[in-house]
Amino acid sequence: MRKILFIARKEFRHVMRDPRSLVIVLMMPVIMTLLYGHAINMDIEHVTLAVVDKDNSPSSRDLTGRFFASKYFDHPTEAISDFEPEAILRSGHAHAVLVIQPEFGASMERGDKVRVGLIVDGSDNNVSAAVQNYAVGVVQQFNMSRIPPGFELPGVAIAPQVMYNPDLRSSHFFVPGLVAILLMMISALLTSITIAREKETGTMEQLLTAPVTPMQILTGKIVPYLLIACIDGAIVIAMAQIVYGVPFVGSHLLFAGFVFVYVSTALSLGVLISTLVSSQQVAMMLAIMITVMPSVMLSGYVFAIKYMPMPLQIISHVVAARFFVPVVRGIMLKGSDLASLLSQGIGMIVLLIVFMSLALLRFKKRMG
Amino acid sequence: MKSAPTVITNGNDVAVEVRDLVKRFGAFTAVDHVSLKVQYGEIFGFLGANGAGKTTTIRILCGLLLPTSGNGFVAGHDVMKDTLLIKQRIGYMSQKFSLYPDLTGVENLQFYASAYNLGRADTATRIAELTERLHLGDFIDRLAGALPVGWRQRLALAASLLHRPQILFLDEPTGGVDPVYRRQFWALLYELASEGITLFVTTHYMDEAEYCGRISIMHQGRIIEIGKPHELVTKFGEKNLEDTFITLISKPAERNA
Repeated sequence: MRKILFIARKEFRHVMRDPRSLVIVLMMPVIMTLLYGHAINMDIEHVTLAVVDKDNSPSSRDLTGRFFASKYFDHPTEAISDFEPEAILRSGHAHAVLVIQPEFGASMERGDKVRVGLIVDGSDNNVSAAVQNYAVGVVQQFNMSRIPPGFELPGVAIAPQVMYNPDLRSSHFFVPGLVAILLMMISALLTSITIAREKETGTMEQLLTAPVTPMQILTGKIVPYLLIACIDGAIVIAMAQIVYGVPFVGSHLLFAGFVFVYVSTALSLGVLISTLVSSQQVAMMLAIMITVMPSVMLSGYVFAIKYMPMPLQIISHVVAARFFVPVVRGIMLKGSDLASLLSQGIGMIVLLIVFMSLALLRFKKRMG
Repeated sequence: MKSAPTVITNGNDVAVEVRDLVKRFGAFTAVDHVSLKVQYGEIFGFLGANGAGKTTTIRILCGLLLPTSGNGFVAGHDVMKDTLLIKQRIGYMSQKFSLYPDLTGVENLQFYASAYNLGRADTATRIAELTERLHLGDFIDRLAGALPVGWRQRLALAASLLHRPQILFLDEPTGGVDPVYRRQFWALLYELASEGITLFVTTHYMDEAEYCGRISIMHQGRIIEIGKPHELVTKFGEKNLEDTFITLISKPAERNA
């Protein structure tokens, strides 16, 4: 125990002595959160909509006005001279074109069923799907406004109520997942470099000639970074709330506990990586490769694991973020309690044990 | 657990005794039936071309590597089983500068003292003693990475002596330092030997080999000669040790141990 503390203290000195690494350690989560958080904003707003109003009646102007009253649609910045919808889309000045026929206003007055055309650029299917939904919403509003007061339409209406993320803001969905990915990457980087560095300089060899066990060395190396990784965790969570307005509904204490387990797992993965390589450069590259891609693809961060092909679902179990993403979303957005997240916690602990055991095995193999 | 025998016991003045040590890495035999016996207080030179198996042998003796087969004792402990006990009794100093450059001299020494289980008070005494003895005074509070080579080497030597080892392994300890400094360093080693510490030195410098009480010459994984430096020169009728060495390792390895 005493030896572990001494190794930890020495390690801590290394970090404090190198201001550059300290800045990286503390700034990385800030920069990454800003970068990733904005890049992955999936909310579709301000779609450029060109209007070809061949009617130009009060009714048609009322309808088009309602489109632009929402934040979802903007006028094109360039003046549109063409009246051929496809030409407008091809010019790239607009993503969608609304076409209103000459008889629109008159037909409305007669109470006929009237159609307006919406031509959408389908090359980005996310945008086109969103545009169709928004357009239906605007038209529904328009129709409701024309029903005389006190007059009820018969039929079924769905009364949807979205829990936990009522505005369906994608940041509430993505930013908690981002927390998992950033913590995984930073933690694994931290430990993978430290052991590789000692191998590079030969101090590891020297240390091994002393009566110190591999277990003591590896744990001593993890302890100081545990503290740093937890601070990084707090930074990322604070950023999620302040910059992206993600709510924090659940227990902070429970969350801190989970962060602790998760970064331990991530740090032990870093240790494992460093036992496989002998230079800091390779350790760094390997750490980023092994953590980022799987954490993004196989954690449920972007794609729900439930709908993946079976082999991928099985592989996802070695990705620690798979267990942590539901924890962050659960505690932040839903206020989940320990009981409902227990299996995630166990998953992380099992991975922690597996990573540490493999690292120890690799470390001891140098002896044999 | 039975308590380990401490310093030199009566009738047992053997620091290192190994028989038929073999170390294979896959199909390659790095150490091929090496047998050695070194007394306490001896300065034993370990010579051989690069790749002759010196480093592997030393790593086994230091408990860094387990031999494939063979047996023996280092400082009274079994090389096959008690590597941790061996490590407590030996010191190791390598050609590579193996201290932490971003820690000061004292911090480096404190760290290694803790690795060897020295108590707080004992650590302070030993650091004071060694600082005095190795003339580290002015440099002990500087970052180790900023020290001139000669001081670094003395600092590394201090680190390997903190826990009062019975055997000191020196792997090319004077690589990259000037002849004047080398001579000073060897004066220090003689002093240590006179106190009963066994010194196990690998070197490529023939003048250093001459300083050794006995030397062994390793070639292709085997020890092909052991003896006092001048005896070896006479035995093979060469002018000096360097010629003897070159003649020996140039021969095809037909001699079997």
